[in-house]
Amino acid sequence: MKSDIILLGHGSGGKLSHELLDDLIVPILSGIGQRDQNDAAVLTQQQGRLAFTTDSYVVDPIFFPGGSIGSLAIHGTINDLAMAAAMPIGISVGLIIEEGLAVSTLRTILEDMSAAAEKSGVRILTGDTKVVPRGKVDKIFINTSGIGVMEHDLDISGRNARVGDKILINGTIGDHGMAVMASREGLELESDITSDSAPLNCLVADLIQGVGSQLHALRDPTRGGVATTLKEIAIQSEVEITLQENSLPVDSTVAAACAILGLDPLFVANEGKLLAFIAPEAADQALAIMCNHEFGKEAAIIGEVTSANSGKVRLQTAIGGLRAIEMLAGEQLPRIC
Amino acid sequence: MKHQQEYRDPELAKLQLQALHQMVSEFDGAMTFMEVCGTHTMAIYQNGIRSLLPDKIRLISGPGCPVCVTPVGYVDHAVALSRRPNTIVATFGDMVRVPGSSSSLLKEQALGATIKIVYSPLDAVKLAEKHPESDIVFLGVGFETTVPTVAGAVLTAAQNQLDNFYVLCSHKTMPGPMAALAGDPELQVDGYLCPAHVSAIIGANAYQPLVDAYKVPCVVTGFEPLDVLQGVLMLAKQVVAGEAQVETQYRRVVKPEGNLKAREILYRVFEPCDSRWRGIGDIPDSGLQLRSEFCRFDAALQLPVDVEDTIERKGCLCGEILKGKIRPTDCPLFCTVCTPEDPVGACMVSSEGTCAAEYKYGGWSIGAGGW
Repeated sequence: MKSDIILLGHGSGGKLSHELLDDLIVPILSGIGQRDQNDAAVLTQQQGRLAFTTDSYVVDPIFFPGGSIGSLAIHGTINDLAMAAAMPIGISVGLIIEEGLAVSTLRTILEDMSAAAEKSGVRILTGDTKVVPRGKVDKIFINTSGIGVMEHDLDISGRNARVGDKILINGTIGDHGMAVMASREGLELESDITSDSAPLNCLVADLIQGVGSQLHALRDPTRGGVATTLKEIAIQSEVEITLQENSLPVDSTVAAACAILGLDPLFVANEGKLLAFIAPEAADQALAIMCNHEFGKEAAIIGEVTSANSGKVRLQTAIGGLRAIEMLAGEQLPRIC
Repeated sequence: MKHQQEYRDPELAKLQLQALHQMVSEFDGAMTFMEVCGTHTMAIYQNGIRSLLPDKIRLISGPGCPVCVTPVGYVDHAVALSRRPNTIVATFGDMVRVPGSSSSLLKEQALGATIKIVYSPLDAVKLAEKHPESDIVFLGVGFETTVPTVAGAVLTAAQNQLDNFYVLCSHKTMPGPMAALAGDPELQVDGYLCPAHVSAIIGANAYQPLVDAYKVPCVVTGFEPLDVLQGVLMLAKQVVAGEAQVETQYRRVVKPEGNLKAREILYRVFEPCDSRWRGIGDIPDSGLQLRSEFCRFDAALQLPVDVEDTIERKGCLCGEILKGKIRPTDCPLFCTVCTPEDPVGACMVSSEGTCAAEYKYGGWSIGAGGW
C-alpha cells in the first residue's frame, strides 16, 4: 500500500481498489480466495439444515478493552448462528470505510477479524469494500453475514422454553456495554472493565453434545441485555420466568460503574454470553459443561420457567421483593455494537 | 461493592420488615408516605419494596425528578436556542427526549442542531474553550445536588474569561414543594422520605420549618433497600406515636447543617427566585437564578430568541402524578399513547420519572396481590 490513509479511490473499483485488496485485505483475511476468481464464493453441498444470518456493526469507539469492531463483527455473526444451534461454515465481510481512515487502523481491524475467525474455526469466504466521503460514516462500519449448518434434528428455539426449565448463563452480565461506555470520550470513568466479546459456537456444540434434546432454547443477550432477551423468550414461548437477583453474576466493577451511571446491568449489552433453557434434570450437567469451557467459567443458574403465565418475567430481589422485568425501552446507549 | 451489599442483606431486611408489620398491625388506619427524589422512586421499584410492605402503608412518588418538574416552556426555550446559528446546547442526557410544545432537542438534532450530552457542567465549559466560534448553552436543570457543580462551572468560565458559555437556568430547590403539597387539602401525606443527596447539601435541619408548620414527619433516607425500609420504619414509628419531627436515617452522609462549602459556592453564584414547577405551579423562593454579577452567563438574558407559545399536551396527567394524587396507571395515556419510545410527558422520559419506572418495572411491585 503506497498511501498510509484510505482514499476515496480505494473504493472506486479501479487500481487503488485492487491495491487495497491485494496488499491488505486478502492477505490478512486469508480465507478469501483469489479476488479475481469469481463474484461469489461457492460452498460444497452440506448435510443438514442451513441457517443464514446478517448483522451490521457500528460500535463507537472502534477499539475498546477486550475487542474491536473487527472481532465483534466476527463474534456477533458466529453467535447469531450458534444461537440457532447451527455451526458456522462461512462468513462474508462488507466494509464501509470513511476516507481518511489510517491504513494502520484498518490493518489492525482486519487482523482482529482474521484472528477471531481463526480462533472459532470459521472461514471468511467473500467480501466487499466501499469508501465514502469524510463524515458520511464514522471511521468504519462493517456488515457480516454467515451461513451455518445444523448437524442434528433438535428443535432449539425461543418458542421452546418449558415450565420447569432452568435458565443458565455462561458468566457475568453487562461487561460489553460497560466496557464500551467506559472507553467513550467524555466519560472519565477509569476502569479495568473488559468486553466479553467471544465466539460461542464451541460452547453451544458442547451443550448440544452433552444434554441434546434437554436443551430447549438458546439466545445471546446482546442489545437490551438479559432482561430484554428473557422477556422475548417469555412472550415467544408463552411462559412466565422468575429470576433470582442474588444468583445473577455481575462483576463488582461493572456493578459499581452501573451504579454510578444509573444503569441496570440486566439491561446492559453482552457480546459473549448466552442464555440456555435446560430441562431441570439436565441443568447441573449443563452447568458443569459451561464451567469447564473457556467462555463459561463463571456460569450460573439464574432462574427458571415458573408457570405458563404467558409473557411475564419477574425478579425476586435481593431483599425478597418482587418486581417485573420489561424490555429495554428507548436506547440505553447508542452504537454499542 | 461489599459495602453496598451490606445494605441489601436479606436477613436484615426480614428483621426490619417483621418490626414494621408488627408495629402497624395494631395501628388503626392507613399511612401514606411520599418520596421526593427520583433515585428513591427507582430504588423502591427496583427492589420491589412495595410488594413487601404492610397493606396499611402506601408509598407515593412526589416531585423528585428534576427533568419531570421542568415546565414545558423551558424545553421550548432550549429548542429555540438550539435553532440559533453557531450554537451548541450541552445537556444531561434525559433532557434531549423531553417533548416540548411542538418539538424536542432530539428532533432538533435530527434536523441539524448541535446537541452535546455531557456528564458534568465542567464538560460544557471545556466545550466552550474548544469551540470559541460557537455559543455553548448548558441546560441548568436539577436540585441542590447538581447546582454546586453548575456554580463551579460558571466560576471557571468567569476565571477563564470565556464569553461564549451560557446557562439556561431552571434550577429548583427543596423543600418548597414539600410544603406546598403538605398544605394541599386534596392530598394526605403522613410523612416524607426526604431526599438523600439533596439533604447532603441542604442538611437535615432544612426540614424543621416544614415539620413545625405542617406537623408532618420527615426522615432523611438513603438509597439502598435497607435504607428505604428503615426510613419507612422510622416514619411509621412517628405516625404510630403521633409525633412529627426531623430524623436522619442516612447518617453516614447527611449532617444536620449539610455541606456548608457546597452551599457557599452555590449562593456565591445563584440567588433564590420564584419558580414554576410542572404540575404544581409557581412556588415562591423555590428556584435559583444567576446573581446579577454573573448575568453575562445567563442564556435567557444574553441570547434573545423567539420561544413558541406553550401548548400542554391534552390528556397528559404528569402534573397530578408529580403531586402524588394519581398513579401512572390511572392516566389514560399511560402505556397506550405515552410510552418511553414516544413519551407525551416528562415523567415517562426521565429514567427517574415515576411513569418510566412504572413502565419499566411494571405494576406488579405494588402490593403482593398482583401475584
